[in-house]
Amino acid sequence: MTSQTTSGSTSSQRPGAGAGPDLPLVEALDAVKKFGDFTAVDHVSLDVKPGEIVGLLGANGAGKTTLIKMLLGLSVPTSGAVAMFGQAPSRDTRRDLGYVPQGLGLWEDMTVKENTDFAAASFGKGKPLPASLEPSANRLVGEIGLGLQRQLAFHIALSHEPRILILDEPTSGVDPLSRARLWDAVHEQAESGTGVLVTTHYMQEAQQCDRLVLMSAGKKVTAGTEADIIGDTTACEVDTTDWAAAFDALDAAGLPVTLAGRTVRLADTPPQPIHQALDAAGITATIRQVPATLEEKMTSIDRAIRH
Amino acid sequence: MNGPTAPAAATGPQWGASGVTVVFGKGSAQVTALSEVSFPVPRGQVAAVVGGDGAGKTTLLRTLVSRVGPVSGTVSAPPQRQCAFMPTGASGVWVDLSVEENLNFVGAAYGLTGPDLEQRKARLLETADLAKARDRLAGRLSGGMRQKLAFCMAMLHEPDLLVLDEPSTGVDPVSRVDLWRLISHAAAQGAAVAMATTYLDEAERASTVLVLDDGHVLAQGTPSEVLAATPGVITTGTAPAGDPDLSWRRGRAVHSWHPGPARPGENALTPDMEDSVIAATLARHTTAGGVT
Repeated sequence: MTSQTTSGSTSSQRPGAGAGPDLPLVEALDAVKKFGDFTAVDHVSLDVKPGEIVGLLGANGAGKTTLIKMLLGLSVPTSGAVAMFGQAPSRDTRRDLGYVPQGLGLWEDMTVKENTDFAAASFGKGKPLPASLEPSANRLVGEIGLGLQRQLAFHIALSHEPRILILDEPTSGVDPLSRARLWDAVHEQAESGTGVLVTTHYMQEAQQCDRLVLMSAGKKVTAGTEADIIGDTTACEVDTTDWAAAFDALDAAGLPVTLAGRTVRLADTPPQPIHQALDAAGITATIRQVPATLEEKMTSIDRAIRH
Repeated sequence: MNGPTAPAAATGPQWGASGVTVVFGKGSAQVTALSEVSFPVPRGQVAAVVGGDGAGKTTLLRTLVSRVGPVSGTVSAPPQRQCAFMPTGASGVWVDLSVEENLNFVGAAYGLTGPDLEQRKARLLETADLAKARDRLAGRLSGGMRQKLAFCMAMLHEPDLLVLDEPSTGVDPVSRVDLWRLISHAAAQGAAVAMATTYLDEAERASTVLVLDDGHVLAQGTPSEVLAATPGVITTGTAPAGDPDLSWRRGRAVHSWHPGPARPGENALTPDMEDSVIAATLARHTTAGGVT
């Protein structure tokens, strides 16, 4: 059965009709969401298949949260279609969904065990607390640290064995080893066939994904692996003995210069204007063209769309 | 402008913390938040402190601006008036004042008026890409824009020591690039910048990095010194090489840490900051009595 739809949807656009082994677990097809005259999501298509980890990237206001709300069934598309397990998102489909919101969605004035019991009662199944959370079972969630809270939110999201996992900024504020442990858990889920959709602002988290979808101003602007998205875009690194003088000269020339360690770096800028600005200021430097980072590429795509 | 052999970065006094220990609470509730931590913050450079929630980053930054007193060790900082502290989450911004009113308020507190104030405001708002939002209520700005406003407020009086607590946490990548540009600008003009971050790719762009774990120094130096000091060896493969507790995923690859040399057939890699910090954490926890 098809999900919510309106004028734009036809039978040929029915998403994920069967949800078989390789059919999408979650899918948006030409989805549009308008609030009055404002188009928050503008004809976006996206899917997540079993065992895949898909990263959803974009600046604030790009439309990521609105798209996720539609996929979760919390918001209805103005046109186009969304589906979860081949059906319109509903309370029923949410049984097979694990969701970790950015705010973690825990009851801070209930204990760790009360939180897990509540989730188990809601979903009709649950799992015992892992060893790392057991010593905190009877403590109020508001009194345990952010790291343990995050582990608890993951445990609750996974304990009813969901077929799709949706994570919003899953490891914000977590130390690198704990972050690695949370990602180990996400990869284990994917390897057992769960599909994972992650929104993140963190580029190293994006690199954990199998493929990425980049949104800007409500539109899907590019998709693929990190290497696909960066393509042959380059940045320039400027090595000098006085980075501050080079920074001032390049900044005065209106070039997008930033500090990188003890050198300066310019995204999306060819070497020639850099040479000119440095020569004019009498600064000797070595300029190297290097591959752009994902963050630099995202910024350049976003700026091109907005301006 | 400075000559090529005498960068502004190296001149003037050096601020920072030396061998600082900070203890909160008393008796059985006593917690050591920082244990003999040194954190030099030279002029014209960005010194980053990284670590997870509870590692001691905020305590260290608050120590630099005299908001927390250490039980031992020394802190060197310019007079309070020449310091700026930007708390996490742009919590110093007044949400029911406009962008311009927020800046005017801070300007008044520092006795800035007339053309001098107007020039500083115009330059900061332009660099922060906030010029078109100057009449907007701060409460109606996006998270990234509000963080940039908080930064402009901290920079308005042109402090010698700029202390930023996680300026980029929760900020989208596009605003983060603007923010990093503002930070670079402050350092290029000679400010000593100390900043906390949870983003290791951001720490890699700083002049020096201090990695904290549970109030202890895990690693310290320039980004390349931190990488060079990675303990043991890290290998990459499709499955854990040895103890799974000493392995972690990076995308579809599995990286493993070995306290000693790699065994024959194992593929050693050159670590990035993420791998290096994970290895240092594992090394510390292993030495401290079992992996946690």
